[in-house]
Amino acid sequence: MDAPVPETAAPPTRDRCATGIQGLDDILGGGIPRGNMILVSGSVGTGKTTLTLEFLVRGAERGEKSLFLSVTEASDKLIQNLSTFEFFRTDLVTSGSLVFVDVPVIYDRLGLDREEMTAEDLDLLVLTIQGLVTELGVKRVVLDSLTSVCYRIRKEERIRDFMLKLSQTLSALDCTTLLVSEVAQSPGRLSLYGVEEAIVDGVILLGNTRRQGDIIRVLQVIKMRGTSHSRAQYVIELTPIGMLMAPHLKGGHQEGG
Amino acid sequence: MGAADLGERLRSLSGGAAVALRLDPRQYADQYFTVLSATLRDVGVETGSHTIYVSVTNPASLVWSLAEALDVPRERVSFVDAISHIMMNYRHPLPNASYVESPRMLEDIMLRVEYLLRRNASPHSTVVVDSVNSLAIHNPPDLLSEFFHILLNNLKSRQVLAVVLDVSDDAASPLDQMLSLIVDETIDVGRGSRS
Repeated sequence: MDAPVPETAAPPTRDRCATGIQGLDDILGGGIPRGNMILVSGSVGTGKTTLTLEFLVRGAERGEKSLFLSVTEASDKLIQNLSTFEFFRTDLVTSGSLVFVDVPVIYDRLGLDREEMTAEDLDLLVLTIQGLVTELGVKRVVLDSLTSVCYRIRKEERIRDFMLKLSQTLSALDCTTLLVSEVAQSPGRLSLYGVEEAIVDGVILLGNTRRQGDIIRVLQVIKMRGTSHSRAQYVIELTPIGMLMAPHLKGGHQEGG
Repeated sequence: MGAADLGERLRSLSGGAAVALRLDPRQYADQYFTVLSATLRDVGVETGSHTIYVSVTNPASLVWSLAEALDVPRERVSFVDAISHIMMNYRHPLPNASYVESPRMLEDIMLRVEYLLRRNASPHSTVVVDSVNSLAIHNPPDLLSEFFHILLNNLKSRQVLAVVLDVSDDAASPLDQMLSLIVDETIDVGRGSRS
């Protein structure tokens, strides 16, 4: 028979990977459960790349090696943009704590030049990412964007398979991963193919909403396995010192009731 | 009530206090100058505290020109200007001001205050909102109450003194009633009385 559990015993909690973004860590109860794979979803200009870059910079500052896999934008340009933020430190890049890799270079080296990637191509891509993470001792990974990779996968079952393998591989390495998902601005849409959000452990949705014609940039945690979290909508601002969050005021109005 | 007395009274409040300063519309110019002297100059005269001035009634450039006449050191004041954009009067931004596009963007005002509090970390910070009346022109009452409730609670938890200007001669007006629920006390600038 099991020993009785004392009434005061707190439920076991998972180790957290603090994003370093104060408001976000608050609503996640301290951060993302370590090893989780999260979809950061939103339409263009909603702050997805900036959020993920800050996640990596804050991690690198804490001594967690961080890796940015860029599919769409050259690393040099990204670092240039990043240097306009006060929270960014160039020495994190020069010391190797924050590593940028251009995915098209990986494609070239692996000979993945087909318009549509096969299952074997995808296995090779996962193995290559695994090799990078192991070799560098990386604890935080960002793939920007998953959508761009999916454009070359196309088949839903293959996307599902790729994401499952990537998730299992990186989680086994105790690596917390953010996947950027680009979606058109339409309510309820979280990913291009609609299968991505089912595989991941969490979804952070960024978007724009309107009040009397003014556009307000908002963030909402839709799903996060392994922790309780706020489901409220927050207004965000991308400032030189990083992303700031405030509650989205409703003024007594309730949607959908 | 003179500026020095008002400044001293504000200094005597505990960290995290929220106070409404009621100005009589018939003596607005005199009392407004008293309030500026007290909040921008006198309240931090001993502690060297930083004041974040949320200007909705007048553009920050105008408030700053008055503050300069009072010899307020620039490094002691930052502005969140929520009116210049909407007035299309944004061509010469102040270096110590952060601009919000519209007084309707209340969350943006909160975020700029947060940003400036972090940038100018001081053990004795003051946030002045000028004014509840101007914000009420652009925002419905429910939204405004929610804004003040969250902002003032946030400032209280961080031990920041919050000062809200209220131009009114009717303490029973709905706006004054709302304000009285969320501030710790109201000081009548003309009479110097507290409630």
